[in-house]
Amino acid sequence: MIERLNPSSKDISIAVKDLDFSYGSSPVLKNIQLDIPENGVTSFIGPSGCGKSTLLRCINRMNDEIPSARITRGDIEIGGVNIYDSSVDVVKLRRDVGMVFQKSNPFPRSIYENVAYGLRLRGERDKAVLDQSVEQALHSAALWDEVKDRLQESALGLSGGQQQRLCIARAIAVKPRVVLMDEPCSALDPIATAKVEELIWDLKHAYTFVIVTHNMQQASRVSDKTAFFYMGEVIEFSDTSRMFSNPRFRKTEEYITGRFG
Amino acid sequence: MFNPENLIRKGLPKGHFKDLVVRFVLAGLTYVVVLIAALLFAKIIMDGAPVLFKAKAPFVDFEFLTAKNETLHVFDDAQGNRHQLPASRYNDYLAKYEGAPIFNEQTYSYSGGGIAGPIVGTALLTIGSMVLALFFGVAAAIYLSEYAKQSPFIHAIRLAILNLAGIPSIVFGLFGFSVFVLAVPVITPTPSDRSLLTIPLHINHYVMSFQGWNSSLMAGCATLACMILPVIITASEESLRAVPQGFRDASLAMGATRWQTIRKCVLPFSLPGILTSSLLAITRVAGETAPIMFTAAVAAKDDLPWQGLKSPFDILSSQVQALPYHIYTLAARIPSSEYTRRAQYGSVFVFLLLVASLSVGSMILRAKLRSKLKW
Ligand SMILES: Nc1ncnc2c1ncn2[C@@H]1O[C@H](COP(=O)(O)OP(=O)(O)OP(=O)(O)O)[C@@H](O)[C@H]1O
Ligand SMILES: [Mg+2]
Repeated sequence: MIERLNPSSKDISIAVKDLDFSYGSSPVLKNIQLDIPENGVTSFIGPSGCGKSTLLRCINRMNDEIPSARITRGDIEIGGVNIYDSSVDVVKLRRDVGMVFQKSNPFPRSIYENVAYGLRLRGERDKAVLDQSVEQALHSAALWDEVKDRLQESALGLSGGQQQRLCIARAIAVKPRVVLMDEPCSALDPIATAKVEELIWDLKHAYTFVIVTHNMQQASRVSDKTAFFYMGEVIEFSDTSRMFSNPRFRKTEEYITGRFG
Repeated sequence: MFNPENLIRKGLPKGHFKDLVVRFVLAGLTYVVVLIAALLFAKIIMDGAPVLFKAKAPFVDFEFLTAKNETLHVFDDAQGNRHQLPASRYNDYLAKYEGAPIFNEQTYSYSGGGIAGPIVGTALLTIGSMVLALFFGVAAAIYLSEYAKQSPFIHAIRLAILNLAGIPSIVFGLFGFSVFVLAVPVITPTPSDRSLLTIPLHINHYVMSFQGWNSSLMAGCATLACMILPVIITASEESLRAVPQGFRDASLAMGATRWQTIRKCVLPFSLPGILTSSLLAITRVAGETAPIMFTAAVAAKDDLPWQGLKSPFDILSSQVQALPYHIYTLAARIPSSEYTRRAQYGSVFVFLLLVASLSVGSMILRAKLRSKLKW
């Protein structure tokens, strides 16, 4: 069973090994090989529908919830543990591998309760601890100043961008080790985007971030490594600086320069 | 070329004639329906309202609502005054004026006193069956929508449940009679003669006897619950499905178990929907006669439901009167006359009032919750 990775345990790198994935009978991911380094930011780029979200959801096994989803070959290891092994407890896995979804999905509860949700799940009852964690998470997600006076109001009263940052706060409030973000900034204005990128910069020494983004500048700004997906395959995976200055493949170059996609 | 003169109508609106006819026919049909409903309500209200409401303070005839149901005695005394007295007061009268002559005595069953028994009986049946149906129905709905894989087998089950909703209530009545009244097991030291099967338990001569619960509140509630279960399951499943998948995803992704997710992120948001749909189902449970005819209801009962019980639980195994069955009894089992009208129309009016307030209540609740729960 995967043990709860404590902050001192070093290895939180993710290794995707020869992964094939399909929804029902239609293959979506083909032969994915990725070594995602720990304590860094890796971004997934690629045209719409190429399978970025699908791979991301494989990393915390959220695809288990989709009946037709199937891994047909290969596996994924986190810190050397095969997360698809039958002895792995997915509930514990997901506590260490947090996720921010492409569509923001706050609960129709108060802002406070949204952020405290994960902590309460873990049995945290101490009001002081909760208050402090909530505030810290909201600070990290660059939302605190906007909501500090309305913590007890419904989260649905927030703007779209605020809701997305609330979801980020909710995910990091429980201090996972790996954070998967599916287009976290797609609904944010440049200022909020900058704040989220700052948050990623601040936290990346302790976490492993995987980010799906359609924003090339963002990928080049925040990520250490970038994977370019095309039609269910990883065409190129290398250091971000290298990929953006000197892509190895024509397709990659065409995509990052905006000639298709 | 556009010619404005073409727009001017010449002579009769020929093309519009058909339109007018269709419109008239449709409107006519609609108003016929409305008229029938209006006549029905007008009749009941005109004859029933005076029974319940009085011109003098306190304006409501509480006795009709709180007294027990009795036989009505109509007679003339020696002075030629006509008396209408329910059985108990008739006896008081006889005791008081011992030996006084009585003329033209007539008795009308079920027509005297009030309808406290049927009201309370219906309330007990409704509450009991709704508790049962909600418990089983919500559990089944949670399983079907949150746990079960969407296999052909589950689809077949869902289809079966939908079909169950269309079965006539008399069939449920007969089912309840043969199962709950005659066959379900009870644990007792003294099994009845018609027990289908007895299994000794070896504890103080207790046996498990498949002899049914007899005609009782318990059997009636179980039967009504069976009848309403498909509605509750379907409505609950719909409410559960209306909760966005995103809530479940977010919760699961934070390491919640499935049950935690359901308890904290699905049920709270679907409960209002489940409850409002169930309130509508209540009107059906309260109004049905067929399912309780053989399983719980009696036409006449000497005591009010809570009277004459050894322990509070005995109420479960006692028979009750019920409003819809009472109305049926008054309408079909006694000869109608001017002295039975009070009980007849009064009961129908109270019943109508009850059902109307339930459905209006559920509509208000629904509207309130709808506006509160949006995402
Ligand atoms: N639940 C599902 N069932 C069946 N097919 C799916 C499902 N989810 C996604 N797909 C298909 O899998 C493919 C990859 O989808 P995915 O969501 O991973 O793309 P993406 O790269 O994230 O795209 P985008 O950038 O638009 O978010 C698409 O062709 C999509 O139609
Ligand atoms: Mg996506």
